[in-house]
Amino acid sequence: MNRIKIPVGPQHPALKEPANFQLVLEGEKIYEASVRLGYNHRGIEKACEQRSYIQDIYLVERVCGICSHSHSTAFVQAVEEIAGLQIPPRAAYIRTLIGELERIHSHLLWLGVAGHEVGFDTLLMYTWRDREIVMDLLAELTGNRVNYGINTIGGVRRDVSPEQLADISKGIDALEERTKYYIQVATEEATLIARLSKVGFLSHTDALKLGAVGPTARACGVDRDMRRDDPYAAYADLDFKVIVDNHSDVYGRTLVRAGELMQTYGMVRQLVKKMPAGEITVRAPRKIPAGEAFSRYEAPRGEDVHYVQANGSEKPERVKIRAPTLANLSAVSKMLEDNYLADAPIVIAAIDPCFSCTDRALAIKDAQKGAHGAMEWGNLREYGIEWHRQRGIDFSDLNKRFAKLMEKN
Amino acid sequence: MLNSLFSLFVFPGFFFVIFASLAFEYADRKIHARMQNRKGPPWFQPLADLIKLLAKQSIVPENADRMLFRLMPIVALAAATASILYIPLWRSNSLYAFDGDLIVVFYLLTLPTMALFLAGWSSTSLYSLIGAVRSLTQLFAYEVPFFIGLLAPCILADTWSLSGVAEYYAKMPAMMLVNVIGFGVALIALLGKLEKVPFDIPEAETEIVAGPLTEYSGWALALFRLTLDVELFVGASLLAAVFLPFGFGLPAWAAFVVYILRLLIIVGLITLLRTLFARLRLEQMVNFCWKYLAPAALLQLVINLCCKAFLSQ
Repeated sequence: MNRIKIPVGPQHPALKEPANFQLVLEGEKIYEASVRLGYNHRGIEKACEQRSYIQDIYLVERVCGICSHSHSTAFVQAVEEIAGLQIPPRAAYIRTLIGELERIHSHLLWLGVAGHEVGFDTLLMYTWRDREIVMDLLAELTGNRVNYGINTIGGVRRDVSPEQLADISKGIDALEERTKYYIQVATEEATLIARLSKVGFLSHTDALKLGAVGPTARACGVDRDMRRDDPYAAYADLDFKVIVDNHSDVYGRTLVRAGELMQTYGMVRQLVKKMPAGEITVRAPRKIPAGEAFSRYEAPRGEDVHYVQANGSEKPERVKIRAPTLANLSAVSKMLEDNYLADAPIVIAAIDPCFSCTDRALAIKDAQKGAHGAMEWGNLREYGIEWHRQRGIDFSDLNKRFAKLMEKN
Repeated sequence: MLNSLFSLFVFPGFFFVIFASLAFEYADRKIHARMQNRKGPPWFQPLADLIKLLAKQSIVPENADRMLFRLMPIVALAAATASILYIPLWRSNSLYAFDGDLIVVFYLLTLPTMALFLAGWSSTSLYSLIGAVRSLTQLFAYEVPFFIGLLAPCILADTWSLSGVAEYYAKMPAMMLVNVIGFGVALIALLGKLEKVPFDIPEAETEIVAGPLTEYSGWALALFRLTLDVELFVGASLLAAVFLPFGFGLPAWAAFVVYILRLLIIVGLITLLRTLFARLRLEQMVNFCWKYLAPAALLQLVINLCCKAFLSQ
């Protein structure tokens, strides 16, 4: 059978962000898959070096639209560690509370997207409607639906009132009931199970070898969760189970996320009940002393890692971010192999990808000179024209040809 | 002469079919939306979509077969619309009834799928190509159960004319209960023909963009979308004539209301099914059709043959 190469992305209905997957097909089966990134690089790490720590919190928060709180918490944790700050317990609880509410909205969002990818739009409509409950809670607590802006170095910026805590309890009750229903749908609806189980298989060994994180790894039986293994904020005080599943496929990843939702509801209830009184922030210095720190955070998509190096000034020397999608991405090409083309969207979606968070830029090196080549705009233009001319495409009369074409029409 | 021209182009011909199809597209979309907890479109949305698409530029891909690419939407729409002439609507006899018109209707309803395949094939885009092959593969899976499911009632009625079938069952409404399995089979197969969830595999948005229609735009796309609406209307009318033949004897207006209600039942069922399920994979769909749908259709055939033998004694 003839092999054809089909591009999924950078612009494709299955992808919510630009990325490129080259799928080599044999009929309907995927023979080979490769991933290409780099369509959405924003240079946030570099931009962080030119801004003060306070500005960086808001910049880092915009790394991801869904798990924005994960990134800002990971960043401030690293800065607080360098500065030797101990945040008040109430601040730690509020951070954890927002983090867990964020997990709820992220997982519900994922469930809807997964439904859409397998053509089950009813699930999408239902989960996204119910997701509004938690979005409203977040807006009530922080003033924003996505980029909450609640973290600051040394604590949080907004306190929660007892009425808000009561609202949270009410919202969580409603969400728990709905989630139970979705678990029932996911485990009983025949066409959904047919589309999810035995799709995107990733063995336990491969998950470890390729460094998968988060629900993707936990669905392959990798028992790893930063909230339990390296507790930060208020997680040490909370009682929860790490959900691990052995299906190793998309169905397993769905079960893990649904199970995590149920655990999260329990955690939010504990947080609301145990919320300690007291200050919400300690005074932080404007200039952070020289040093470095490494911070880990269990984002909804997996382990998020921030490394911050301080040089004693008010700006960081270096900020390094590794979003969970990057860790999971190498597993995707493995998961895509031997599946059907129809499964490609759900396999890609099953890691809950967030491409712009993870995007990397390439530095082009001249192989002969061994130096980084920097090109001026004019040089780049000439290089492009020459490159195309060598391949038989001449742009020099393009304007003339275009005018002629317009005339003809 | 003038009379037949009127019935061909205006009522119950072309214009009636177009507007009825748009109305039922609205019904489908609105019911679908309400079942998904959405508000749904306003009543004129299908017409507005059609007018908008007709007003837009139609682009033909550079490498495409221009002739074939532009011809296919016209062929598809013409075939789907023509089939209404042989289907009994609210009267038990259709416009041009003859013995064997059932076969003509089958043929005319298969043509749009073939046109869709050729359209995808001729547009030379990778997504269109895969979509075209998928729609043809799917055709082989649902067509046989669809035919058998609809032919079984005809065996009992002892005629291959749709009008004859409708008349037979209108006289003996109790006999309809015999055909319940066939109704289910035909309804599910119709979902495949209309390319609706769970059988919207050829145009699976998240996989192959829009399948055979990926490269279509402007009036050509409008005609193809209209074809799918007409197919919904014609398919529902066909099922209503064979499986739900009520109210033929009533006065004209009452018969018409009953006819609309019958169609709404079928469209409602189709909408319910497409709300309830996730899209299947191609190989799962083919498996399902040959493993469950075709045997069920054959069972219906056997039941009807037995019934016929019993009745003729």
